[in-house]
Amino acid sequence: MAGEGAENGRDDMIIDGSGADQQRQNNLIFDGVNVNYLKLYYGKLFPHADVFKWMSYGNDGKHPGCDHSYFGRREFSFTLDNDIYLRFQSFSGLSEMENSIREKCPFKIDIGPVYSVDPARRHAYAQGSDNVFTPVERELIFDIDMSDYDDVRYCCSGADVCLDCWPLMTVAIKVLDSALRDDFGFNHILWVYSGRRGVHCWVCDGKARRLNNEQRAAIADYFRVYKGNENSQKMVSLLGQALHPFLVRAHNEVLKIFFEEKLLSTQNLLLDEDRYEKILGMIPDESITSELRGKWADNRRSKEDINVVRWQQLKHMLQSAKQKLQLRRCVEEIVFSFTYPRLDMEVSRHMNHLLKAPFCVHPKTGRVCIPIDPNCCEDFDPTAVPTLSMILEELNTEGSRKEGDNEWDRTSLGDPVRYFRSSFLQPLLKSCKEEIESSYSAKLQESKNSLNW
Amino acid sequence: MEGLRSHRKPAEADDVVPTLPLYLSAPALQVRLEDFELYAVDRLRVLKEISDGLSRGKKSDEMENLVRELWKLHMSHPHASEVVNKDIISHFVLRLVYCRTEELRKWFLSMETSLFRYRFRSETHEAQRALMAEFHLPYKTVTSAEYENVKDKLSQVARSTGQSLSSGDGIFYKVPFEEVPELVAGRRVYIQKGQAYVAMNQVVSLVVTQFRFLLSKALVLTNRKWTTMIREQEKDRLTPLVESLSSSYLGPDYSQPREFTEISLKDIDQVAKSSFPLCMRHLFEKLREDHHLKHGGRMQLGLFLKGVGLKLDDALAFWKAEFSRKFGAERFDKEYAYSIRHNYGKEGKRTDYTPYSCQKIISSMPGVGDHHGCPYRHFSEENLRAALGRMGVGSRALEDVMEKVRNKHYQLACTLTFEAVHGTSYVAGINHPNQYFSDSKKTLESRNNANTA
Repeated sequence: MAGEGAENGRDDMIIDGSGADQQRQNNLIFDGVNVNYLKLYYGKLFPHADVFKWMSYGNDGKHPGCDHSYFGRREFSFTLDNDIYLRFQSFSGLSEMENSIREKCPFKIDIGPVYSVDPARRHAYAQGSDNVFTPVERELIFDIDMSDYDDVRYCCSGADVCLDCWPLMTVAIKVLDSALRDDFGFNHILWVYSGRRGVHCWVCDGKARRLNNEQRAAIADYFRVYKGNENSQKMVSLLGQALHPFLVRAHNEVLKIFFEEKLLSTQNLLLDEDRYEKILGMIPDESITSELRGKWADNRRSKEDINVVRWQQLKHMLQSAKQKLQLRRCVEEIVFSFTYPRLDMEVSRHMNHLLKAPFCVHPKTGRVCIPIDPNCCEDFDPTAVPTLSMILEELNTEGSRKEGDNEWDRTSLGDPVRYFRSSFLQPLLKSCKEEIESSYSAKLQESKNSLNW
Repeated sequence: MEGLRSHRKPAEADDVVPTLPLYLSAPALQVRLEDFELYAVDRLRVLKEISDGLSRGKKSDEMENLVRELWKLHMSHPHASEVVNKDIISHFVLRLVYCRTEELRKWFLSMETSLFRYRFRSETHEAQRALMAEFHLPYKTVTSAEYENVKDKLSQVARSTGQSLSSGDGIFYKVPFEEVPELVAGRRVYIQKGQAYVAMNQVVSLVVTQFRFLLSKALVLTNRKWTTMIREQEKDRLTPLVESLSSSYLGPDYSQPREFTEISLKDIDQVAKSSFPLCMRHLFEKLREDHHLKHGGRMQLGLFLKGVGLKLDDALAFWKAEFSRKFGAERFDKEYAYSIRHNYGKEGKRTDYTPYSCQKIISSMPGVGDHHGCPYRHFSEENLRAALGRMGVGSRALEDVMEKVRNKHYQLACTLTFEAVHGTSYVAGINHPNQYFSDSKKTLESRNNANTA
């Protein structure tokens, strides 16, 4: 089995490992990304053709309605080994893109907008006063980063994530994904693990790609409930007699259950004085907070989880019928503060923000940025994501079976690529084709009408 | 005038005819040269005060009242027949005045749109429907069967915005969410599969979007006509008038970098203490403390520093000194240096970005971990008091400042702070952080000169 692939002598690495468990453990430790590994990855595994198909949105076809300049007006940017940053790269087609990636071997590939003209030749157009070099299409994108949750997680901070805090990302995916589909009516949504501590979201419907900056900002604001920061104390303000139906659904279907059944205990949110004071600080009623403090000072052990017990007490006091609406709302505010998705707003607001391409390898962790299926995102384990060295080893051990077979099919990259194709790319291209055909026939009809006239 | 009125539907009753023109085409009217200027100055007064009102963060209802009063005060005319003419003439004169640069167009577009918005809100529902018809907006009202289906959700949204379902006469329009970005951003509409349900009392958003779209296009066209024809043709008559109108009423332009107030890196801490307004002082201190600022903070402080005359090389050195303490010099060069050069117009689109005005800063929305924004608006009372104390504002003055803050006069609060810190009276009123800075420097210098003399 390990025949031809083992010629560079790397198969001896596997001999040490006594099975999959051992291997996985090795991979939790930093495994460096070096240029030679990357060369191999871009040469044999990176799904160039799929990325090209995606970024062409059906315009690479033979239909007379296809815009053949489309892919060539897309900005790519590369971060190279020596920290050289190449912006405004563009390619006429698949082979040019593939060759450039193989040759330059970027540590990171970012994808930017589609411009009005080929971005590589933007200077030729810069003379005109009408500013013809301008973004015209861009996926609606979202970036959620675990480091923005540092004030509500106690297990890790900064770039670190573990299985106790990762479910915050799962919650974010669930809340946003259902709203993007049900509220905004988008269908072609790709979620991607960012390689270390967060997730990216690409909304690729034609309608989404053509949104202007104001409309993007409006969607981002629709999702925003955090109005404050440490300077203004209160993080979440839910005013009004009722919550917007979107927030009600997020709360009832996702946030409340997650907060009460998971987060309270895994993060020990009410364990000791430091932690419960933070939550009491969100209640604007002295008599209630001091009564709760009194109850909680007595730290008797009970069989039940102390976080859950204290939460029930807090809820009971705030929700008892005599209290004012604003205090009852407080319970929801606390749940939202700890669990509601925190977006990097700037990324979503503007068409010209760059975002790392899926299937890149994160230079610090070596993990591949693979898609996440929103329908079973709770099963996604960031610590089990294939790393560059792991899939290269797999490539070596498996050897080459058949000529012309996809190399990635023999590695743990197989499932992610198959998911990308069947659940995202194929339905997307089908609807792109329909869109191109219908807009073409509409145009024909229009010109026919004007001729008749 | 006929042209403007002709396609208005025969009104159901005489009093339904709205008094709000859409300014779709320039009037063929004879105007006396004195009126040309007088009318324009009167309208400009209205627009200036709208701008002030907005930067104080006035609520919609307050703005509506303000506009009604301003309109009565400045735009009435002894001859009833002249009122509409004055409205239309002044609008078209100011179009000429404010079409000439991107910055002027932006200001005029935003103020005229606000003016239109609040005048539209004051109209009756019948008049509003007539105006919608005049814009040829194709939207259909929701049928009663459909209404029953979504009634609960609509009522939830209405209550979440402090309204009741009946306040829009129970009439709803179903429109693509892209058409009402401001309603989406504020979660003030129910959205289902991409369709927003817009209540009758919200159609102002639809109409305003249309108004702004048309005016924005018209301004670009007017500019083209101005530069290619009018300026030359009218060089003895209108051109001097137009040019003096824009400069005499806007006040000094703080968006351009001052050439004479170069500051050097070694004095920057000293100068920050003595002459930065609170918003910049806070950012500056946070940067020194955390060795990091998020995007919004980097933009607000970075462009301010550019405005006070910090040269690009010094700016790079300044940001690098801080950021590299947290991230290392290498990461600074890689991730942040680009955006600083970008601010100075040396990268990307090569726009020379201008410092933010108070209005822009006040209307920003700082989120988690952000430190930008206007402290008078975005800080909690407690934090604001502490910050002012650190600036050396005495307790009497501090109460005056807090009083202004409670009444949402954020710029007046800043002006009072200036007076307290500098021990002088300051009548101009603060409109721009760079104005605060340069007037603070002036005050301190003249005091020094007086002392040494």
